[in-house]
Amino acid sequence: MTKSSPNSNPSLAKAGRYLTFSLGAETYGLPVLNVREIIRLCPITPVPRAPEYIKGVINLRGTVIPVLDLRAKFQMPTAVYGERACIIVVQLRNPTGGSTLIGAIVDTVEEVIQLNADHLEPAPDFGGSPETQFILGLGTLNGGVKTLLDPEKVFLTEGLLTLVSSPASTPQNRTQTV
Amino acid sequence: MSSNDKAASDSSDLLRAAELLAQIGEELAFVVPDGDAGLLPINRFVMDLEEWVVPTAAGPWTAGLKVVRLWLDEILDGSGKFSEDHIRLINEWHAYLSSVLDVLLDGGEMPEWPSGWDRSLVPGATTPVAGVPKPAADSISTQPPAPDPSPSAVLEPIGDEPSIRLNLDEDLELLREFHAESLELLQGIEQGVLVLETTPADTETINSIFRAFHTFKGGAGFLHLDAPRHLAHELETLLDLVRRSELRINAGIINLILAGADALRQFTHAIGAQLQGIHPGALIVVPTSDIIRRAKLAARGEAAPPPVPLPPAPALAPVVVQPAPSTPIAASPKPDRTPLEPVPQAAPEAKATLSPAAPAREPVSGDPVAGFVKLDTAKLDSLVDLVGELVVAQSMVVQNQEVRSIESPQFVRLVRQLSRITGDLQRTAMSMRMVPIRGAFQKMTRLVRDLAASQQKQVQLLLEGEETELDRNIVEKLGDPLIHMIRNSLDHGIEDPSDRIAQGKPAQGTIRLSAAHQRGGIVIRITDDGKGLNPDRIRAKALERGLIRADAELDESEIFSLIFLPGFSTAERVTDLSGRGVGMDVVRRNIEGLRGKIEIQSVPGQGTQFTIVLPLTLAIIDGMLVGVGEDRYIIPTLSIRESFRPQPGMVSTIQGCGEVVSVRGRQTPLLRLGRHLDRPFKASKPEDAIIVVVESGDASRGLLVDELLGKQEVVIKSLGHAFQNQSLLAGSAVLGDGSVGLILDVDTLVKAPGHRKISPTASATPGP
Repeated sequence: MTKSSPNSNPSLAKAGRYLTFSLGAETYGLPVLNVREIIRLCPITPVPRAPEYIKGVINLRGTVIPVLDLRAKFQMPTAVYGERACIIVVQLRNPTGGSTLIGAIVDTVEEVIQLNADHLEPAPDFGGSPETQFILGLGTLNGGVKTLLDPEKVFLTEGLLTLVSSPASTPQNRTQTV
Repeated sequence: MSSNDKAASDSSDLLRAAELLAQIGEELAFVVPDGDAGLLPINRFVMDLEEWVVPTAAGPWTAGLKVVRLWLDEILDGSGKFSEDHIRLINEWHAYLSSVLDVLLDGGEMPEWPSGWDRSLVPGATTPVAGVPKPAADSISTQPPAPDPSPSAVLEPIGDEPSIRLNLDEDLELLREFHAESLELLQGIEQGVLVLETTPADTETINSIFRAFHTFKGGAGFLHLDAPRHLAHELETLLDLVRRSELRINAGIINLILAGADALRQFTHAIGAQLQGIHPGALIVVPTSDIIRRAKLAARGEAAPPPVPLPPAPALAPVVVQPAPSTPIAASPKPDRTPLEPVPQAAPEAKATLSPAAPAREPVSGDPVAGFVKLDTAKLDSLVDLVGELVVAQSMVVQNQEVRSIESPQFVRLVRQLSRITGDLQRTAMSMRMVPIRGAFQKMTRLVRDLAASQQKQVQLLLEGEETELDRNIVEKLGDPLIHMIRNSLDHGIEDPSDRIAQGKPAQGTIRLSAAHQRGGIVIRITDDGKGLNPDRIRAKALERGLIRADAELDESEIFSLIFLPGFSTAERVTDLSGRGVGMDVVRRNIEGLRGKIEIQSVPGQGTQFTIVLPLTLAIIDGMLVGVGEDRYIIPTLSIRESFRPQPGMVSTIQGCGEVVSVRGRQTPLLRLGRHLDRPFKASKPEDAIIVVVESGDASRGLLVDELLGKQEVVIKSLGHAFQNQSLLAGSAVLGDGSVGLILDVDTLVKAPGHRKISPTASATPGP
């Protein structure tokens, strides 16, 4: 079971430390190297016409950063954020140099775990229905399965967030500075 | 992704190069034969281009830069003015290099090396890909006036030293700049020489000394200070040879550099003294011919130059200050006639320090420039940002409920003190970025003088409010638009003296340039008393250019603002030297880039007035905080014309697809902000809401918001990479309670669809 051709998938998760967190009943992991900090839920300023999974922007000690709702991003049912909900601040390298900070709201943050090569296996192929493009692989530790996320894919897939251009009533194209 | 980091940096280099080329193009539009307008900027941009290493671009690119460098040096070393030939060549060069750049960016066939250019520089003739085309070095090194058959044939005979006289009346500000910059350059040279004494082969240092002399030469040339320019030129030539490894550096050369730098320093100090009001207008004589002679010998590699042929080493030669002649050559400056003349308060002390033969190498104490520190602007910006944060954090502490419930008089006093200090700190930090607009204004004096002379017009430039301070970033970017507009006024506004007299006006035209604080921003006005704009001609031209429809109904101000449209005037740019309205669209773009706006008023026969309104700073804006539902947005106050609560009947619907609000008899399109942003809002009918009328360019629009929450200064924060692709928001700011407020992009809102545009200029807006 654990030996299912570990090298066939080039984007297979690397052994290392992962921060695990939960969304509903599921457990996910992000490489610790990409996690800048974890902060408590704070007031979020909604950004008009942003995609649904963009909750808005927050003030992180003077820097304004966007915040994603991972449930919405993974098309899971929305839930009321509980007491233990947090924002994980993820740091990503820009393709153009420099780095970007993005926050992700999760239900609870669990722990940092060390995953070795024999804990890891590639993302299963569901034949397309749950999308596996964000997934680096699966990690199994003490019987629990953790879905390991590819931060670049989750947070930078669209590269840039493009705001929905106009309300449905006006399909006319806007004069935009490109 | 990371593998093409290299390629990415290349292409951003290329884009930067493209920007520089575009700037050169703009400057070229101003160049006139026998004038020096644009010479220094072009030279500087070319220098920037030269510093740019574009690895993939070697052949044609480098050769192109070499060739223009030859011409520019010819001009700078010669009359300091453009000849017709040079203008033609440089324009040709600009076209050539632009197409080379296009090829580098997009691929394709490299353009042909233009005929009539130096064939020895043809790219690829010797080295196809890599590096400097070798012949270039030769052709440049033979270019300076080195081939003097006899060593005695130096330009100036020893003993009859050339002198310079300063034009304090007209070049005051330029001289000040030159003085400050030169002191820095000379200090850099001396430090460089110290490095060379231990590591003579340090190319970095040789390059920096070379550049310093080059810059000095440029500045001196611009001010027609021939003696120091000549000296700097010789030293530059010498270092150029060293730089190209055609000459080995030795003790003799190092001594020459030091002696030359000392002589230049004496010039600089003498200029500084006159700027302080000591013997203004006196001749300045510093012995240079011996150094020049030795430099020429050294440049030819002729043995070691004789170390010191004259008993007193030039370093110790006194500054000969002759009192101003009683019969002034030009208008000799009388302090009472030049209001700009600094009050010579420190005159006695300064005179003392200038006393003859002060060891030139030691910086003169009491030097007026010594009180300044040169600072990286990025550091300054970050300081201002941090102070902004501090102010916000401080107000968050003060407004915190728990803190407010503390009932200790001592604590309250401490908090008040903290508030006061943070407030002072913020003001100080902001003031560090503020500079008087004087520098930008005074450059116009020269422009007007030169232009008027070349067009046989009589024009006086009046400056007002030069002491008005604003953010240095803005002052820097204001130069180009000002040049454009002043030029425009002079070319097209002010009439020929005979026409003026015929109209009963004084022969001398007046351009008035003023700056003043107003409404938390700054207002700059350029007023001329010329013939004014002719609405009929503008309209006809816009029609001809296809910018408006024949049936468009435009009022006068709408017609005037047509000249700001791209494409209004570019066609005449090449043929008409003066370039009617050259790039007025660029002017408006520049001003709007500074979050400012520009308006025109004109009365036929009486003149034209351009009004520019600018924010004081770019880092902080005055914002109006408005509420829509639970959301809060910031609208820059500068874009707001007015706000009011509409009365029933003021808002009407047009063809069921748009609403307009009647503002003082004019119908302004209305945008319900909540609906537009797709966010919940409270007010169901306009009478429950507030209308904020915003304007951008020549368009305006009423924004329907639920409430006004107040005005405040906010520190602008970028929304960062993630929101780069949208134009709805101009940025964000941290509000008093620590949450984020979004700054709306008024430009986008004004242009947003959803309503038929009422303004007839709509058809003029370029399609995407």
